Amino acid sequence: MSQATGNPLLGFVHRRRRGAELFLLVLALAVGIGAYAAVGIGVEGTVPADLVGYGGWLAALVIVAHLVVRATATYADPVLLPVVAALNGLGLAVIHRLDLTEDTGFAAQQLIWMTIGVGLFVATLLFLRDHRILTRFTYTSGLGAIVLLLLPMLPLIGNEVRGARIWIRLGPLGFQPGEVAKVLLVVAFAGYLVLHRDALALAGRRLLFVDLPRGRDLGPILGMWLISLGILVFQRDLGSSLLFFGLFLFMLYVATERAGWLVVGGGLFLGGALVAWQLFSHVQTRVNVWLDPFSYYGPGTNDTAFQPVEATFGMAWGGLLGRGFGGGDPGRVPFAESDFIMAAIGEELGLTGMMAVLLLYGLIVERALRAALISRDGFGKLLAAGLGGVFALQVFVVIGGVTGLIPLTGLTTPFLSYGGSSLVANWVIIALLLRVSDLARRPVPELATVEEAGGDDDTQVIRVAR
Amino acid sequence: MNKPIRTLSVFCLLMFLALMANVTYLQYWRADSLNDDGRNRRAVDAAFSQPRGAILVGREPIASSEPSDDRYEYQRTYSQPLAYAHVTGWYNYFNAQSGACSSCQRRVEQTQDDLLSGEDDRLFVTRLVDLLSNEESAGGNVALTLDPDAQRAAFDGLREVLGPDGEGAVVALEPRTGKVLAMVSLPTFDPNRLASHDLSEVTAAGDELEDDPGQPLLNRAIQTTLPPGSTFKVVTAAAAIENGLYEAGDDVPGGPSFQLPQTTGDTGLIDNEGRDCGADRIPFAQSMENSCNTTFARMAIEVGADRMRDQAEAFGFNQQYFEDLLPQATARFPEEMNDPQTGQSGIGQFDVAATPLQMAMVVAGIANGGTVMKPYLVDEVQSPEFEQIDQTDPEALSEAVSASTANQLTDLLVSTVDNGTARPAAIPGVQVAGKTGTAQSGNPDVPPYAWFVSFAPADDPEVAVAVMIQKAPGVDRGEIAGGLLGGPIAKAIMEAVINK
Repeated sequence: MSQATGNPLLGFVHRRRRGAELFLLVLALAVGIGAYAAVGIGVEGTVPADLVGYGGWLAALVIVAHLVVRATATYADPVLLPVVAALNGLGLAVIHRLDLTEDTGFAAQQLIWMTIGVGLFVATLLFLRDHRILTRFTYTSGLGAIVLLLLPMLPLIGNEVRGARIWIRLGPLGFQPGEVAKVLLVVAFAGYLVLHRDALALAGRRLLFVDLPRGRDLGPILGMWLISLGILVFQRDLGSSLLFFGLFLFMLYVATERAGWLVVGGGLFLGGALVAWQLFSHVQTRVNVWLDPFSYYGPGTNDTAFQPVEATFGMAWGGLLGRGFGGGDPGRVPFAESDFIMAAIGEELGLTGMMAVLLLYGLIVERALRAALISRDGFGKLLAAGLGGVFALQVFVVIGGVTGLIPLTGLTTPFLSYGGSSLVANWVIIALLLRVSDLARRPVPELATVEEAGGDDDTQVIRVAR
Repeated sequence: MNKPIRTLSVFCLLMFLALMANVTYLQYWRADSLNDDGRNRRAVDAAFSQPRGAILVGREPIASSEPSDDRYEYQRTYSQPLAYAHVTGWYNYFNAQSGACSSCQRRVEQTQDDLLSGEDDRLFVTRLVDLLSNEESAGGNVALTLDPDAQRAAFDGLREVLGPDGEGAVVALEPRTGKVLAMVSLPTFDPNRLASHDLSEVTAAGDELEDDPGQPLLNRAIQTTLPPGSTFKVVTAAAAIENGLYEAGDDVPGGPSFQLPQTTGDTGLIDNEGRDCGADRIPFAQSMENSCNTTFARMAIEVGADRMRDQAEAFGFNQQYFEDLLPQATARFPEEMNDPQTGQSGIGQFDVAATPLQMAMVVAGIANGGTVMKPYLVDEVQSPEFEQIDQTDPEALSEAVSASTANQLTDLLVSTVDNGTARPAAIPGVQVAGKTGTAQSGNPDVPPYAWFVSFAPADDPEVAVAVMIQKAPGVDRGEIAGGLLGGPIAKAIMEAVINK
């Protein structure tokens, strides 16, 4: 966006850096395959027999992804894909480790889901050569998201798991539509806001230092608020509810540059949270368990806090360096392979492993926001910022919940947790981010051609950002 | 739109920093306290999956970890469970993490847990070697001061006198060092049941023991305080000699009865239950031999409440001094007393109450030339390969009396064994010093408590013993007397130590 004349960056051209990406991918594969081998050695005492096959499959997936990036997104950010590959490989290894002691077969399924995820990643990059095409599907995406969110409420296919009605089940296939809805919502918000942001940004009146929006402009935010509350009330899904509303607030703020929206949204959030806390016992339980988990743990209590307390014990047991794969007892934590996978990592890889994972997540967010900053179109900015923001928010909500920083809500840990819908959706998010960053980092086309083209896009682009 | 994106990135940065700070706090600063939490099953599981060090008496392990093929890799096993139960305690799923519990019963398994589990700093080098050589780390061993023969003699002797339902305790000390040579409390229990890996059986056994009216879990040697009765006359005599009132060769007050000052009638009248205590003045030796209540009540009043208390505290009363088994009941000597109370305290009644350990320390102090040694149970700690890595140094607790006073008291006590009430403890060819005691419980329904304290050989003491019989259901009330019941037990223990 910073194309004011005399900008010293104007002559700057991003390098493609595909070789760097390949090098980092080799490191990422070393993490994933090395962790898989370490699991075999630590738990069973031998290198896994299928190491070559497993490693080969993982490597093939990653190389295919890399080649597609090389072919279709030449200028895309070189760090994102390796970071994601490392996280996904680590997640597979940890799930495999839990499989070995819990006698489950999640890792093999997760590898299939990863294959599907990489397939969608490739498809996204191949068929979506310019992310602005997505603006055509603004309302379609929004509608799709709402339909997906409503699916679990339907009889027959809707499925309630652990008190949260967020699953649909078609025969043997379980699916959390909320994860896909998340991506569609970002697309829908970005498309909507990029069109309406001027009205949302400029109209309104000033009250006590804060620019308050017009009443009729409050429609979308109120609608989103109601949807979030609906998810909370009818699906009992605290995490998604928080995530969707937070995402919307983020994007609204980025689009309008008005802190007033944050005030309005924050107020709505607090009000909704307070009412939910007063009305719903499951919300109260979560808060109580968060405040004093040890009162809800052990004999003589109803053991509501069994999962978080066991996770806390496990992470403490891991300490600085962790117990090593096979050295801990992460299976004590229920659902260690999905929502609580960070507890398993903290126990066996220690604070060091936790920090490494947090840094990798931080890198993804940083890269997403960087793509948003340098993107040359408003839609791309909103899309990248929204995807980065929702990613950061999800990581914060789920890891903060597992480590006891905030009340526990059920969300998957991106790329690590067992769960197909989440994995597939997150691979698509990465593909979208790569696409935005690819366009953003491409050399600026000859100005003459831009002027000749003179389309609608330009009116959006020439916004002076100081 | 770049400004809000930058703001957003700062916000994301803060979220990640918060996560990192929180996880650092959790896994670094809070980790130790969480790992010590009794509810943390991981620490317990880990403790059960590595060999724990042995508790040794002599060269024989009385507690050891044996390979097991059930849910844990090692089963804690006690080879002589009944005789050593109160010393070793037990190690199971529920108390494996009681390090954090200060009010819990802590026996050697708990007080030496760091060493037995291998976490002690003194085992650092061993741990490092294990780590580098990739061997399973093991706990260190703890060698106790107990003498297996003395312990056996104490256990067998006490059980024979008490019968199956009796209550009592024995403590034997090495006077020179303060080593505990024997410590037995009855009724006892089988720690193997409590160390089972079958948790429901452990719970059932635990409940059964808790509900038992005989309180088998109580270590009466250090946790029960009872009036020491006539054995306390040793302290009264020590106070009188130490303060220059009398010498062992002097005549002391006597008489068939003594009306406590400020009292009238039977309640304040002290007699000698038929023993010969002369008319008014009798030899000090005779008063000790015949355990004259009139003598020592009058003597205590002459010494005075303050000096009596000073003397009792010099022997260890009103103090905590034993660290290897916890908690320890404090032997009591009252703070404020008038004359009649002082008179009663002089014969070990009123509010005087002592543990068997405390009474053993009184005679051990006299045997050691007046110096009371701090009692201890853990002699040395060893690496998993049985190499000594640390040994407890004997430590003086106090100078209770001078060497001259100690000698005079020894003479009086030898004479009590040779010619007096303590005769049952006499060992042919060995000079034994001893004193009996029979203390009124203060409740007509509860039979009196029998005591016996002694040490031998008198000229070069190797062992000091205190026997306390709280309840001996098989024995007639009239026959409960320190000499008759306690003497033979003390004799057996002393012989076991001397005849080594």
